[in-house]
Amino acid sequence: MIANKQAICDNLLQLASEDRSILVLCSDSRGSASASGFAESLPEQFIELGIAEQNLVSVAAGLAAGGMRPFVLAPAAFLSSRSLEQIKVDVCYSGSNVKLIGISGGVSYGPLGLTHHAVHDIAALGVLPGLRVYMPADAEASRSLIRRLAADSLPAYVRVGRNASREVYPEGGADLSADRALTVRPGSDVTVVACGDMVACAAEASDALRDRGVSCRVLDMFCIKPLDREAVARAAAETSGIVTVEEHSAFLGLGSLVAQELAGTGVPLTRLGLPDSPVVTGSQQEVLDYYGLNAGGIARAAWALCRR
Amino acid sequence: MEELREKACRLRLQVLDMVCSKKGGHIGGDFSEMEILLQLYCREMNIDAARPDAPERDRFILSKGHSVEALYAVLADRGFFPAEELSCYLSFGGRLVGHPNNQVPGIEMNTGSLGHGLSLGVGMALAARLRGLGSRTYVLMGDGELAEGSVWEAAMAASHYGLDSLCATVDRNGLQISGSTEDVMRLEPLAERFRSFGWNAIEVPDGNDFAQLGAAYALARSTKGRPSVVIAHTVKGRGVSFMEGRAKWHHGVPAEAERLAAAGELEAAMRDGR
Ligand SMILES: [Mg+2]
Repeated sequence: MIANKQAICDNLLQLASEDRSILVLCSDSRGSASASGFAESLPEQFIELGIAEQNLVSVAAGLAAGGMRPFVLAPAAFLSSRSLEQIKVDVCYSGSNVKLIGISGGVSYGPLGLTHHAVHDIAALGVLPGLRVYMPADAEASRSLIRRLAADSLPAYVRVGRNASREVYPEGGADLSADRALTVRPGSDVTVVACGDMVACAAEASDALRDRGVSCRVLDMFCIKPLDREAVARAAAETSGIVTVEEHSAFLGLGSLVAQELAGTGVPLTRLGLPDSPVVTGSQQEVLDYYGLNAGGIARAAWALCRR
Repeated sequence: MEELREKACRLRLQVLDMVCSKKGGHIGGDFSEMEILLQLYCREMNIDAARPDAPERDRFILSKGHSVEALYAVLADRGFFPAEELSCYLSFGGRLVGHPNNQVPGIEMNTGSLGHGLSLGVGMALAARLRGLGSRTYVLMGDGELAEGSVWEAAMAASHYGLDSLCATVDRNGLQISGSTEDVMRLEPLAERFRSFGWNAIEVPDGNDFAQLGAAYALARSTKGRPSVVIAHTVKGRGVSFMEGRAKWHHGVPAEAERLAAAGELEAAMRDGR
């Protein structure tokens, strides 16, 4: 098992070896981004900008305007906050082919506190015009996604965690080439819509529910924006309710986007996510467990929807 | 061929028309930067309106994006779009927005929020180097915007990478919206500050003088191993006596009597070759 960021850098190294326009930019973040190997192998295509996220993002936009294909790898907490205006103006408004990779997102940094958490990035960046927002579930999904993004010319933000994600897809088993939710588990009673590391938890919950006679569909909504609205509509029509789960604030994230789709339909929805306050101190797993962002919490929420 | 001094007067008249007819714009900065723009677009830069996307072209970024009216007038003069389109400035559904927009031929990047341009220039200069192109990158900043921290992040990076193809210009008119830059947030010793960041800083005593600007850009071009900044001491509202050196003309719109007086002064200067 490798971390999603490692999968991203391994694939970028392969792609960049054949395409000199592919660049990796870091803000003193090459180690935490797993980009040291890239920097050593292709030093001409690795650009260090130091701890200066505003400059980092604008330089990337300038590079893109000059015909390069920059990938910016920086902690999600800083990339999505300190450089927000640079993303809005220089990436989105100017239409720059910049790919922003937010590493160590969510509560990956655990007890380091809110300064280092990124549980606001879907809300902050998802509202920017034209910016695609992705959260891949595992290394295989990250591989497929990064290869797709390396081949297109539009801006995107990808959030990954710090630690290795549990495997969801077998090798070659994830196709993220279109903005279509992936059905990780079929099901007809209830649906869980998840993203990022929560997809593996949702799959585990679905397996547990099956043993109790509940058929729980699991959708990997890696494409948070543009949301796969048809998949949500199908889930709403074909199952009795939807649970959303994300390592993000339960406010203005995946759950809120799904709620927008369901508004007025009367379809029951339970949103699982982090609270509108700094989270409890603890390791990533302790924090997620505390807020019920695990297989047990997802199963309980889905079970409750079925029993309504 | 039209003298640049005459052209500067003629384009100032166009800017005056744009600002007065649409009752909006930043005429003070438009007038202080006019000679800088014309020197770059007519004498320094390798650009061709017929091939606005040529990879080897020089790049220009108006970091002080609010002074876009002068840029529109210069781009139209250089043939990037018809001068008649200047009447569509700020018009509903049009592309001549109140800040630079790269839907307009000849404009590379959208600017308007201050402090972004130098970083964009660093990226463009790095791209030219990586692609083995001889393109030069010019960034025009206002002096007020130098209070943005991102400017100094970019200044650090430009010298770290020895970007000698990058040439910044500061439209050092000494004023910003609230008054003197030295009262609002002191910039001096500005040249020393850039030098301490590893830049070649070139002071131009009269930044509205083409000969002085030309000499500065020649010096910048011949300076290797580090970026250059031309600190052009200009006059805000230059060319109209009652606007010169007055912060209220940062974004003031002339009343009809003022418009007539301003036009009279500019037309007289054009006639007299001043
Ligand atoms: Mg000024």
